[in-house]
Amino acid sequence: MSSADDRESILSRVRGALAPLHERAAMPDYTTEISVMRAMMGSRDALTVFTERIALVNGLALTDPAALVARLRENQWLCGYCDPALWPSLAPYFGADFKVDTAYDRKRVDDYAFGITRAAAAIAETGTIVLNDATTSRRLAALTPWVHIAVVERARIFADLPEAVAALGPDSNVIWVTGPSKTADVEGILIEGVHGPGIQIALVV
Amino acid sequence: MRFQQIDQFAAELKADTRAAVYDGSKKGHEKRTKLLFDEFPDANRLRQIAGEVKQHVVENLDTYLPQVEAKLKANGVIVHWAATAEAANQAVLGIMRARGATKMVKAKTMVSEETELAHFLEKHGMEALETDLGEFIVQIDGDHPSHIVKPIIHKNRREIATSFEQNGLGAYNDDPQTITRRARNFLRHKYLEADVGLTGANFVSAESGRLVLVTNEGNSRFCLAATKCHIAMVGIEKIVPRDYDLALFLNLLARSGTAQELTVYTEFISGPKSPTQPDGPEEMHVIFVDNGRTEVLASDCRDILRCIRCGACLNVCPVYRQASGHAYRSVYPGPVGAVLSPLLMKEKFPQKADLPKASTLCGACHEVCPVNIPIPDLLLRLRNRAKEENVPSPGTPPMGAWALLASQPTAWKASLFGGKIINYLPTKLLPIPALRAWEAKRSLPEWRGGEFRRWLKTRKSRAD
Repeated sequence: MSSADDRESILSRVRGALAPLHERAAMPDYTTEISVMRAMMGSRDALTVFTERIALVNGLALTDPAALVARLRENQWLCGYCDPALWPSLAPYFGADFKVDTAYDRKRVDDYAFGITRAAAAIAETGTIVLNDATTSRRLAALTPWVHIAVVERARIFADLPEAVAALGPDSNVIWVTGPSKTADVEGILIEGVHGPGIQIALVV
Repeated sequence: MRFQQIDQFAAELKADTRAAVYDGSKKGHEKRTKLLFDEFPDANRLRQIAGEVKQHVVENLDTYLPQVEAKLKANGVIVHWAATAEAANQAVLGIMRARGATKMVKAKTMVSEETELAHFLEKHGMEALETDLGEFIVQIDGDHPSHIVKPIIHKNRREIATSFEQNGLGAYNDDPQTITRRARNFLRHKYLEADVGLTGANFVSAESGRLVLVTNEGNSRFCLAATKCHIAMVGIEKIVPRDYDLALFLNLLARSGTAQELTVYTEFISGPKSPTQPDGPEEMHVIFVDNGRTEVLASDCRDILRCIRCGACLNVCPVYRQASGHAYRSVYPGPVGAVLSPLLMKEKFPQKADLPKASTLCGACHEVCPVNIPIPDLLLRLRNRAKEENVPSPGTPPMGAWALLASQPTAWKASLFGGKIINYLPTKLLPIPALRAWEAKRSLPEWRGGEFRRWLKTRKSRAD
């Protein structure tokens, strides 16, 4: 059987299965407002909520590039990748002890301790950063280094999930990242940094 | 066989495994309840609406399937259809061969578990590597996952450390962090060498053709960042009508499954990578898989097709907690599995007709279900089907004597009084095997026959 035959057989079986129904279940009329954490957010501004919520998922929001560089140096994360479009504005904060590439080489996947890429947006309610193909210079650079730094504009912090869904836009790939990569597969014990970053930072500018 | 298969399995379960499964599932459930009900004023309303949306989809698949297919094609996705597990596996193999591909990295997908894709590909000379940590451990162990969301809930760290050692992943070390780092270092090079990345889909929006994938580890993202070809195997029931609905479902899925507000990675994929993006698939395939779903759709249990595979019903189920996932002899354990697995057997339904009986009908699964599936009702329908098809039910005590007494008021009253004798009898010595087995692990409460009748006779009516 070919895929086309299978298509016909599946669709005709679906039609056959549904034919005896006198009435089909209607689509309910609802608003996604019911799934927004309104009470938690109160009347606080988006950056305050975002900073609080990203911390709850073991991520970190910073607003000062100097603080970011200090943290990287303190942990000896000195080799990394930076989106070439961001580097001119960030380079002045980095000292000569850093080695930062603006071209990502997938053969050197284990060399990059950090990756700096742009984020398209953030979501306050869940402490999420939003990456997409148009804004993120390289999917791998935001994933393989131990530390990922997403540079997000303050004006692009959405309040909640419905707002972020409405803004998905035409990009063929959008990914919401909520904290560092994690697992609890072994005895339910939380371990961070499974396949993706163990440290997730949002630099809000 | 003296008992139903599932009971037999549960009776023989190792104490270690039972403890691991019990603790793991209980923890998951308690956190979930707190998260859902603290954050939303009316969490039950979310479940009801989500259930109505999915029921609508299920009952209108004849409209939605062609709609989503057209949308996917417009997005540059190649769409395949597979009526059976074999056809689905062949489709994957065909795509790989056409590209000259030999290496696949695989994210966790339940439908590929159904079709046993990894085994199939390996048999045909392909490498198919599981990348979810739990699934990876299951694969190197030659074991099977025992939970929809937590595949190795039945294993402890010592067993995992041993299998890592046996598979050349370092000397014995049972520290969960070390285990995870070793998997990280091993797998990241595998992703980068692979030709094809395979995933499932948690949701597909009919409106936009977007596939939504959720993971915590980032393995599916790695598959879609490192490889040039993305294959998604998708059950035909995975559709939601609009992008708008995704916010509701995403809010429910992670809370119900792992007691998180959101999983770490929530990916929306509507086609091959953008032309300006250096990483990611240039080619994308979606395989719509039936494999028994249309039979479920034709049955009076079609509500089970609403399921979004969160695993909440497993975690809360008193039978699952005692029996563990492997007792269900299927990809889908727990209450959802007790409904879905026998149905997916099609004409071999009797082989798994014991599963719907392994339930106390307590209703906890219905109460936690994020799409409000009336699982206990469906279990009853399947019990009824087993009865109609005369499927034998070993270990079930005969009910004939009870029926006789219950239809004769005098005999009933006499037996209520006479039953007191049970308080003085050594029941462990009774010559009824089913009763003796039951007594081996439990003790009968004291016989208090007639209490209800006395209460009913002497109660004062509410008006007094």
